[in-house]
Amino acid sequence: MKPLSIITTLVILGAAWLTGCTPEGSNTGQGGALSSADAASRVYVPPGEHDEFYAFMSGGFSGQISVYGLPSGRLFRVIPVFSQDAEKGYGYNEETKPMLQTSFGFVPWDDSHHPELSQTDGVPDGRWIFINGNNTPRIARVDLSTFETAEIIEIPNSGGNHSSPFITANSEYVVAGTRFSVPIPNEDMALAEYKDKFKGSLSFISVADDGDMDVAFQVLVPGYDYDLAHAGKGKSHGWVFFTTYNTEKASTLKEIGASQNDKDFIAAVNWQKAEEYLAQGKAHEMSASYYNNEYSDENHSATSTLKNSVNVLIPEECPGLVYFLPTPKSPHGVDVDPTGEYIVGNGKLSADMSVHSFTKMMQAIENEDFETTIDGIPVLNYETVLDGIVKEAGLGPLHTEFDGKGNAYTSFFISSEVVKWKTDTKEVVDRAPSYYSIGHLMIPGGDSQQPWGKYLVSLNKITKDRYLPTGPELTQSAQLYDISGDKMELLLDFPTVGEPHYAQALPADLLKPKSVKTFRLEDNQHPYATVTEADAKVTREGNEVHIYITSIRSHFKPDNIEGIRVGDKVYIHLTNLEQDWDVPHGLSVMGANNAEILVMPGQTETLLWEPGKPGIYPFYCTDFCSALHQEMQGYIRVSPSGSNTDLTWSTGE
Amino acid sequence: METECKPTYHTRIFPSLFFLLAVFFLTGCSGGNENKEASAPPAQPEETTPEATADPVVNKGVGPITSVNLGELDTEMAAEGKELYESLCTACHKLDQRYIGPSLADVTERRSPEWIMNMILNPTEMVKEDPEAKKLLAEYISPMADQNLSEEQARKILEYFRSISQNQ
Repeated sequence: MKPLSIITTLVILGAAWLTGCTPEGSNTGQGGALSSADAASRVYVPPGEHDEFYAFMSGGFSGQISVYGLPSGRLFRVIPVFSQDAEKGYGYNEETKPMLQTSFGFVPWDDSHHPELSQTDGVPDGRWIFINGNNTPRIARVDLSTFETAEIIEIPNSGGNHSSPFITANSEYVVAGTRFSVPIPNEDMALAEYKDKFKGSLSFISVADDGDMDVAFQVLVPGYDYDLAHAGKGKSHGWVFFTTYNTEKASTLKEIGASQNDKDFIAAVNWQKAEEYLAQGKAHEMSASYYNNEYSDENHSATSTLKNSVNVLIPEECPGLVYFLPTPKSPHGVDVDPTGEYIVGNGKLSADMSVHSFTKMMQAIENEDFETTIDGIPVLNYETVLDGIVKEAGLGPLHTEFDGKGNAYTSFFISSEVVKWKTDTKEVVDRAPSYYSIGHLMIPGGDSQQPWGKYLVSLNKITKDRYLPTGPELTQSAQLYDISGDKMELLLDFPTVGEPHYAQALPADLLKPKSVKTFRLEDNQHPYATVTEADAKVTREGNEVHIYITSIRSHFKPDNIEGIRVGDKVYIHLTNLEQDWDVPHGLSVMGANNAEILVMPGQTETLLWEPGKPGIYPFYCTDFCSALHQEMQGYIRVSPSGSNTDLTWSTGE
Repeated sequence: METECKPTYHTRIFPSLFFLLAVFFLTGCSGGNENKEASAPPAQPEETTPEATADPVVNKGVGPITSVNLGELDTEMAAEGKELYESLCTACHKLDQRYIGPSLADVTERRSPEWIMNMILNPTEMVKEDPEAKKLLAEYISPMADQNLSEEQARKILEYFRSISQNQ
């Protein structure tokens, strides 16, 4: 081949190669018509490379949080929060059982809906993510250096914690509003007394600098259903807005009974005012019973503390604490734009969406422009506080997030679409279908003062025909849209763990550098830690046996144990002596009635085992750790009850 | 990239044209604005591994330690090293016999001080890069565990090994 023809060939080849790819963003303004190849290239993260964002999606009825990368949609981790997780031993091992303690006893499941990142100056800061337990009212805090649940606090005087745990701009508080009004304090009562006796509560849980949560105060409110919330920001910092429905106070067939009124309310709570009233001693100290469970990375264990009282504020005694903003019709989400001016009521049974103005609200309060007063709470005049209406944008608006460029994006459940509109003019500028039945939607930082408005994730309740069928129960899903241009562009569908009820996301660079790799052995304060093999041992006190056991690739010490008897309670305390990243060891023993334990480097965890019959019981490492992983095993001899087999232990002897 | 370039090098036909081809492939989807590789020379054939023949006692291994100033034996330091050794190393090593890993009583006679410290501080890379460490992995199968020690701690352990060697 002549040089010239080679050059020609190369030029043609090169041109063909180049035209096969389109520079990013060139599709904007073309009606969102993306070729599959183009969409694929924009979510493709090459092997070994990292995603741009971490996304945290609630598991809904799985009680957990799952961690994904965006734009790839790859799943990295499922963080057990309110639900036992046999894979990780969470809620099964002795160290984490206290995390699930409540005033109702051990509750190993919940329905986790709304993850919410901690914020500083109104911007997600990557310290923690909070999430609500909807069923047995709780809020959890997950540490984002370990991706482990660090604390769970129970919410007293609540019948179900849905409008939670939305956060204030400097993480002063996370909030909780009771979805079900109940007698407060809860007591035996005829259901017919609902209208007169049932109450709602709006709780403010303080978050200390080290993350520690405490129920700072509760506001007692009329017996409606409190649905969702968001804190004010910027100019509206100091306020938290809660939606209500069932202002009819129906106690049965709410499907109809709670949909009678043309308008329900958004409750605006001035928490700075509440702090003044608390300082003035206006709070009632109510007796209550609720648990606060905290996990420590020093002793790798959780402790439960029972609390006995809570501060309650009564609006009638605290003027200026709460106002009601009339809002059509059974509003679901209440979302505050990044400037703090627009308060969006997503009236799920209304064709229109009402957007209130914070400035007008403050003016109306100053002018005492009230329609009426309910239980000491002034009801502002709808027309006065309304900034504007998004007209007939779709059916069933649920939630709105913002891109930081003056645009709002609202999910419409019934018409199954995302609608983009301008916050100032309320003009609808774009719409995109979701597959199917979108609930929440999420833009990274999209409910904060600083959205990273590049992607939008639609969190869908129903998938029907979108994936390979898996019997009657199908996966739920998320969908990723590029929102960097004028038109939304659907890039990717991906299945999720449990119901992706709501989500949060932030740039990966905020979390990556501080991700913990190992726990230092010398810092291990676990009371049953064995930080060097020389200290491995077995002790007996009555029928309680403690096995102090260590792991390092690829053996346990001890791995031969004799002298255990039927009827013993055997605590196997495994300390992982590894100090290298990504070298956990697991331990399971035949017939144990709980789960494995999975121990991170430098950590200690405890498996409680109560052998029921004599024999030889193998145990082994469950997490593939090295080429000799299959050899990482041992035996425990169990003798009949009352036998006098000597208690002995050894390895390699 | 090397895979694309190698044939051109071996055949030595129009190397610059094939270099252009490589550039095309590289810029194909990246927007083609900047290409750091453009000024790089064509790939060279890989060197044979000269370290394989190096004397184990002289070989310094791969890692943060390039030279160690030994000096007189520091008994205090050796005592601290003994404590560290006993808590962090004895799960896999014995002084006088092969266990999960090699026996260590005479390790200072077999290995350079730098190699010992690099093996403590940087075992993951050592068993991939250093010919002696690679041989050890093949022989013992269980990889040397990275116990995340500081250079100071590793130096103390080295001093402990020296003290054993001198006492023998």
